Amino acid sequence: MFYREAGDFSTTYAQDQQTFPIKFDRYRYYLVLFIAIVVVPFVVNDYWVNSLLLPFLIYAIAAIGLNILVGYCGQVSLGTGGFMAVGAYSCYKFMTGVDIWWGGELLFRLPEFNIFFSVIMGGVMTALVGVLFGLPSLRIKGFYLAVATLAAQFFLVWLFNRVSWFYNYSASGQINAPERDLMGILITGPSTEPWAAYLFCLFFTIVCAVIARNLTRGASGRKWMAIRDMDIAAEIIGVNPLKAKLTAFAVSSFFVGISGALFFSVYLGAVEVGEAFGITKSFLVLFMIIIGGLGSIFGSFAGAAFLVLLPVALKVVGVDWLGWPTDIVAHLQLVIVGGLIVIFLIAEPHGIAQLWRVAKEKLRLWPFPH
Amino acid sequence: MKLKLATMAVAGLMAAGPVLADLVMPSLSFRTGPYAVGGIPLADGYADYFTLVNERDGGIGGVPVRVLECETAYNTEKGVECYEATKGEGSLLYQPFSTGITYQLIPKVTADGIALHTMGYGRTSAANGKVFSNVFNFPANYWDAASVAINYLLDENGGDIKGRKIALVYHNSAYGKEPIRTLETLAEKHGFELSLLPVDHPGQEQKSQWLQIRREKPDTVLMWGWGVMNQVAIQEAANIRYPMENFIGVWWSGAEADVIPVGAAANGYKALTMNGVGKNFPIYDDLQKYVYDAGKSAGAGDQSGTVLYSRTIYAGFLAHMAILKAQEMHGVADITQAMMVDGMENLVITNEMMEKYGVTGMGPEFAVSCENHGGPGLGAVTQWDAAAGVWNQISDFKASDKEVIDALIEEDSMAFAAENNIDLRCN
Repeated sequence: MFYREAGDFSTTYAQDQQTFPIKFDRYRYYLVLFIAIVVVPFVVNDYWVNSLLLPFLIYAIAAIGLNILVGYCGQVSLGTGGFMAVGAYSCYKFMTGVDIWWGGELLFRLPEFNIFFSVIMGGVMTALVGVLFGLPSLRIKGFYLAVATLAAQFFLVWLFNRVSWFYNYSASGQINAPERDLMGILITGPSTEPWAAYLFCLFFTIVCAVIARNLTRGASGRKWMAIRDMDIAAEIIGVNPLKAKLTAFAVSSFFVGISGALFFSVYLGAVEVGEAFGITKSFLVLFMIIIGGLGSIFGSFAGAAFLVLLPVALKVVGVDWLGWPTDIVAHLQLVIVGGLIVIFLIAEPHGIAQLWRVAKEKLRLWPFPH
Repeated sequence: MKLKLATMAVAGLMAAGPVLADLVMPSLSFRTGPYAVGGIPLADGYADYFTLVNERDGGIGGVPVRVLECETAYNTEKGVECYEATKGEGSLLYQPFSTGITYQLIPKVTADGIALHTMGYGRTSAANGKVFSNVFNFPANYWDAASVAINYLLDENGGDIKGRKIALVYHNSAYGKEPIRTLETLAEKHGFELSLLPVDHPGQEQKSQWLQIRREKPDTVLMWGWGVMNQVAIQEAANIRYPMENFIGVWWSGAEADVIPVGAAANGYKALTMNGVGKNFPIYDDLQKYVYDAGKSAGAGDQSGTVLYSRTIYAGFLAHMAILKAQEMHGVADITQAMMVDGMENLVITNEMMEKYGVTGMGPEFAVSCENHGGPGLGAVTQWDAAAGVWNQISDFKASDKEVIDALIEEDSMAFAAENNIDLRCN
């Protein structure tokens, strides 16, 4: 009944090739966008934005980025936390004006970038770093590549802790996002209105998702998938592995860098590299795409939502409703999230995205499945 | 029918709405994760103190206190979630016991007008009330701790520590990096050599740092550690047979749980403290009577009398006094968040008050003012007696080198004010 192609005619190629070719699906997509852009900003408060929506949107960008690399191009990466740190620290340096020193003297200082461009620059710098750490992928594969990216994770965290230039020589080694506005509306800092922070992140999330979706549908996405499925065969049919792998690393790192920049500037406002961008962050984002579904943009959103919302939901049920001690709930949370991950991997190895696909197929035939 | 419906609606409203006013004290605790060993006694002490206040005095000024516990696992993201979840309930005073979370909360509490008390941790330059309107870090801060430790060494060595080698083993985070600037300044002033040995979160891996200590043989090792890092460091020191009496931890590295795992080898390890240690305070009699015997202890009830437990008893006492002050200043019992900030800013702690509430000797007499949110900055040195299993205070509460520290606080807070366009208060 739902999601049926019947009666849905395309008269041009453009219509036939659109992202959501089925009318019902397309309207659902417009409805979600409408609610997210027009309705949500009017109803949210501080708690919803800072505890649920911002982390969800930001992790969704990171998950999309990692999914391009792992899910579409098949290059396993454990360096997500480190790449997010590159995004965060680049964003911070561009926000506060990059200072270039030579021989102990200040050569020049770039003007402070607007927050919007600082976030973009966070992505650009991360893309460059990502390409650099992607170079070994031309020679090594699988687990060995995972270990190489793990080295990136530890090296980058060490670097941002060690070189005080990155945190503008502050005594605490933390970076703090100063108040910045976009066209007069505060985006960072404590006085930011919740809707402004939300819309700022939502904009980046939508743009990233649309770009990612279209890249993966097009020629570059097909090259990535060819490399993922069998790199030698891909090379024989004319896919340049150097270009394919490095573009995957660049695009993936760009998104991860954007998410790191937003994570620091809009969401937390102050970060410490070892704590915020440690190895646990890499695993968290990896779990998101595994649970959500490898090789699926929707899966990235679903996985991010699952791992951001579930702990909060468990906390609300356990502590606020049932009145259990906080430590019991915190421990139960680990057990439940861990258990669910295992169950998911056994029962539905293709993740939530596959569940969604199956649901759509069922809904199409419902209520007359025969 | 209509009347019945109306009565039901009213009854429903009364049941759902807040029947009685209460004073909400959020407790951002960490009973899980690598720092739980410090988080459990801190959370238990804080909860038990307010249970005692409710049971013995019927609340503060007749209004019961509600402790709202929220688990952060010492993680900044969860800390922010906890802050946002609890601030709407009228939370009066935040005490996160985490420097990382403190850095998150400083701008937020300032924008929301809520008080933040970071006792002996957090951002040291918050002691300058002209810049930090809502943040308090009395009675002492990290820089005081660093200076007290150096002063102690000066006393021990007849006022001359020129050329001595001092190593700082620190948690590689904002917390551990806090004392470095002070120690560097003091190294210039007193002519000792400072070497820095960072330990990464969570601190279970310290072999290379202690190998370096074994090679360089510093005369004194200072430690800024927390959580599992403490036990590991003391164990490693014991392994390389570093003389324990030359090993001094900050006040977050000197609890029972840090030394007990090392056993007899930890004997003689020293740590700073900002509050009196041990169980010899009259308040413990009250706690026994109203809380423990009544079966109302928080957590497992096995932390009573430990160093960190006593510290949050003291923290609870200071918050209690600040609420009384706010109630007295504004003439209302059910105070608001803004009134609590006033109460903190005008807090005066006297010996009479400490005696009245059974905490004589737990801390110094002091007065908070608009300019000074930092208190007197006194610290004492304690030493672990492994055979008896107690921490003994081996020096009096002594002042830090205020000349050095005040200049550093002024410099750092003014830089913060300039960076964030803050207008100075208290003019």
